Amino acid sequence: MFEQIIFYIFAGLLILSASMVITVRNPVMAALFLVLSFFSSAAIWLLLEAEFLAIALVLVYVGAVMVLFLFVIMMLDVNLAPLREGFARHLPFGLAVAVLMMIAMGLVVNSSYFRSEGMAAQVSFGPGYSNTTELGQVLYTDYLYPFEIAGAILLVAIIAAISLTTRKPRSTKTQQPGLQVQVRKKDRLRIIKMDAEKQ
Amino acid sequence: MIVLSDVLILAAILFSISVAGIFINRKNVIILLMCIELMLLSVNMNFIAFSHFLHDINGQIFVFFILTVAAAESAIGLAILVVLFRNRQTINVDDLDSMKG
Amino acid sequence: MMENMENVYLWIVLSPLAGSIIAGLFGKVIGRRGAHWVAIIGVGISCILSLLAYKYIVFDGGDIYNAAVYTWVVSGNVSFEIGFLIDKLSVTMMAVVSFVSWMIHIYTIGYMHDDPGYQRFFSYISLFTFSMLMLVMSNNFLQLFFGWEAVGLVSYLLIGFWFKRESAIFASLKAFLVNRVGDFGFLLGIAAVLMYFNTLDYATVFSQAPELAGTTITIFEGHAWSLMTVICICLFIGAMGKSAQVPLHVWLPDSMEGPTPISALIHAATMVTAGIFMVARMSPLYEFSETALSFILIIGAVTAFSMGLLGLVQNDIKRVIAYSTLSQLGYMTVALGASAYAAAIFHLVTHAFFKALLFLAAGSVIIVLHHEQDMRKMGGLYKYMPITWLTCLIGSLASIGFPGTSGFFSKDAIIEAVHTSTLPGAEFAYYAVLSCVLITALYSFRLFFLTFHGEERMDKETWQHLHEAPAVVTVPLSVLAIPSLIIGAWLIGPMLFQGYFGDAIYVADKHDVLAEVGQDYHGILGFTAHAFKHPPVYLAFAGVFLAWLFYIRFPQLPGRIANALKPLYQMLVHKYGCDAFNQVVFAGGTRGIGRILWQIGDVRVIDGLIVNGSALTVRWFSGVVRQVQSGYLYHYAFTMIIGLLILLAVFVHKIFQGG
Repeated sequence: MFEQIIFYIFAGLLILSASMVITVRNPVMAALFLVLSFFSSAAIWLLLEAEFLAIALVLVYVGAVMVLFLFVIMMLDVNLAPLREGFARHLPFGLAVAVLMMIAMGLVVNSSYFRSEGMAAQVSFGPGYSNTTELGQVLYTDYLYPFEIAGAILLVAIIAAISLTTRKPRSTKTQQPGLQVQVRKKDRLRIIKMDAEKQ
Repeated sequence: MIVLSDVLILAAILFSISVAGIFINRKNVIILLMCIELMLLSVNMNFIAFSHFLHDINGQIFVFFILTVAAAESAIGLAILVVLFRNRQTINVDDLDSMKG
Repeated sequence: MMENMENVYLWIVLSPLAGSIIAGLFGKVIGRRGAHWVAIIGVGISCILSLLAYKYIVFDGGDIYNAAVYTWVVSGNVSFEIGFLIDKLSVTMMAVVSFVSWMIHIYTIGYMHDDPGYQRFFSYISLFTFSMLMLVMSNNFLQLFFGWEAVGLVSYLLIGFWFKRESAIFASLKAFLVNRVGDFGFLLGIAAVLMYFNTLDYATVFSQAPELAGTTITIFEGHAWSLMTVICICLFIGAMGKSAQVPLHVWLPDSMEGPTPISALIHAATMVTAGIFMVARMSPLYEFSETALSFILIIGAVTAFSMGLLGLVQNDIKRVIAYSTLSQLGYMTVALGASAYAAAIFHLVTHAFFKALLFLAAGSVIIVLHHEQDMRKMGGLYKYMPITWLTCLIGSLASIGFPGTSGFFSKDAIIEAVHTSTLPGAEFAYYAVLSCVLITALYSFRLFFLTFHGEERMDKETWQHLHEAPAVVTVPLSVLAIPSLIIGAWLIGPMLFQGYFGDAIYVADKHDVLAEVGQDYHGILGFTAHAFKHPPVYLAFAGVFLAWLFYIRFPQLPGRIANALKPLYQMLVHKYGCDAFNQVVFAGGTRGIGRILWQIGDVRVIDGLIVNGSALTVRWFSGVVRQVQSGYLYHYAFTMIIGLLILLAVFVHKIFQGG
């Protein structure tokens, strides 16, 4: 019962913050609401005994990715007015699609397709259970190669992000010995004849 | 007790909200990226729910990988965004139509 | 001996080819003298060996040679081979072909002396000799066809030898195309042989012929034809093209655009007789089809008569001889149709000599008159060119069948044979060839009188330089004149009546007209005396007399007659409208069809509809589809989401349907 209450609280918080993400005017606010929705879903994941992932979500997403979002938003001097154009006009259509999708998914979930009725009474793990250990044991044995590939993907992402955004330094000055050797006097020196200037 | 369908419905609501978000905020690339993050979150929620109710740790492994890839994706997405803004001085999706056939 | 003979036969065939290749490909290197020596030596070897082979087979009674020397392709049960069948028929042809060809090689040195294409010319005529020998020596239909096409090719090359003259190009194309028409029939005939006999080898085909004589085939629904008739007529259509029988004769007069040695070699003495030779060679097949024989008889008679008439109105000296050739070929064809194959070959041999002689004499005149070919600008040449005059007289006498000359024996034998024949159409043929004797005499002596007698009509400058032709011209003339005179008397007995050809020619008993004629044969003198009881000799004399009357005694008379009989004369001048008809109907029709196919088929359908049309369709379609590619990110996103929604709906639908 207690778990249910906590679940509903965080579920409500999650839906609320997600709705705010898509509706607030200011992207900074949207990012902050996104942080909030990550937090609440992390709480729900804790309820579902996925402790490691819950912590990882907070650390990685809230700590890194969201900060990145905030950085970018603040760094770019975005003119917000044109971005909000048509907000009200598209709202009904977006809502209609969302509602339709919601109904369809609800129908699927509530049908007997997943045979999910009997799944409520799952026995929780005991106090000695370590989610991290369990996860690690599978991750470093069965999923070793995918894990390595994931690492490589992250590395590629780092390199890609850096190479996309670095600017060539504009004011470097380097010597070009070839041109220096080739240069001739007439390229540099011009002798003109003129009358002497009188004061 | 939480039941499976509660979590699934929650994930579905989250997914629908992010779909609505894509429709509503069609011009702001940053919000679009955030909506994608929300979608991935809802998917992850499903994975974890099934993992929990079926007592199968593999679902969490998938979440782990999805988080990894999502982090990479948002990093590159934001990098592209920065380059885009630098070149065009805007992130308005309406101005990005060079793929027009 | 057998081993040796195979080598001899190979030498006969290959030495002209070697000469041709050397003169053709290395002409620049070996020079003009080198080229003519190479070619003449090559053909000379061939000629001498042919005469030796002739002696070996005919006089020494040597073995007939029939074997494959090389197997080209084996496909299933059918093998395509190159082989020789050397019997009396082919050895006779070989001797004639190589001898006439050799003479003409020598003559060419004089005639083509100043021509820039000297080496090329020698290469061509040696190649021709090779092809013709391949044709007559072959022992199977494939090689026959090879030789057939090869002589056609060389003929095309040589008619168009002076390729800067438009008329020569036109004539060579015409010859080529008309021959293609005949070849079409020929090829169908060979294909029919292959289909029903399953082999192309002569000996096998001939031995199977009696068994298949009763076979009928159905080409169109409801009409069953005898297989033999179909094969024989198809093959004969080929012969009609090559031997210039009506209506495929149109190329031969035009072929006189080529140099005169070619007119003599190819278009008088040898190539045009290929068809005659082929039919004689196929006698075991033709004997089983009376329909085909009648067909041949009538075609030959029509050719002999109508082409002879045309010879009367021509003014070009070479064209007169060309029409004379057509007419003589008609005689040979008539002989074939009457089953007197031996007489046809006999006439072929004599004709080869006297026609080559006539052509060379004409060439001699043309050379001396600086390439003037119009008889209206000649006359009185006998004073200046006695040797040419004499040889030409001999040729003309032989061609009209003056008693004692070679042409007399062969032509009389044919006329007698036709007279005896009982095939349908024989009577018509008999009267046609009979009247043709008169015509032959008339045009031959018209040519002779116009050229050598009467008023001297050439222009002054030419007149001052008149002289006899050089020795390289007169020697072959003299050499050819001798057989033109005597070969008939020498050969008639053995060739016609004493089983000269042996098994090479097969004649069914009921068709054997020569045997019937032979019952009255008692030596040459007897034959000659016998001839005076029959009309042909008197007709020939009458023709000569008429020619003397028209062209020496009363030179204005022909013009008046032409005026009086204007429609007839016009018809003759226009060659019965054959050329015009071909030009309008076939050439024009082909061009018309070509134009229609080009403008509608190619330009509209293929280019317009298929090529450009598909491109335009793709462009139109992509023009429609590209509207979808707006370039806006959210459009793509919406599409994805809506697609997802639809998939979801389908999924839901399935769950509730199935569940």
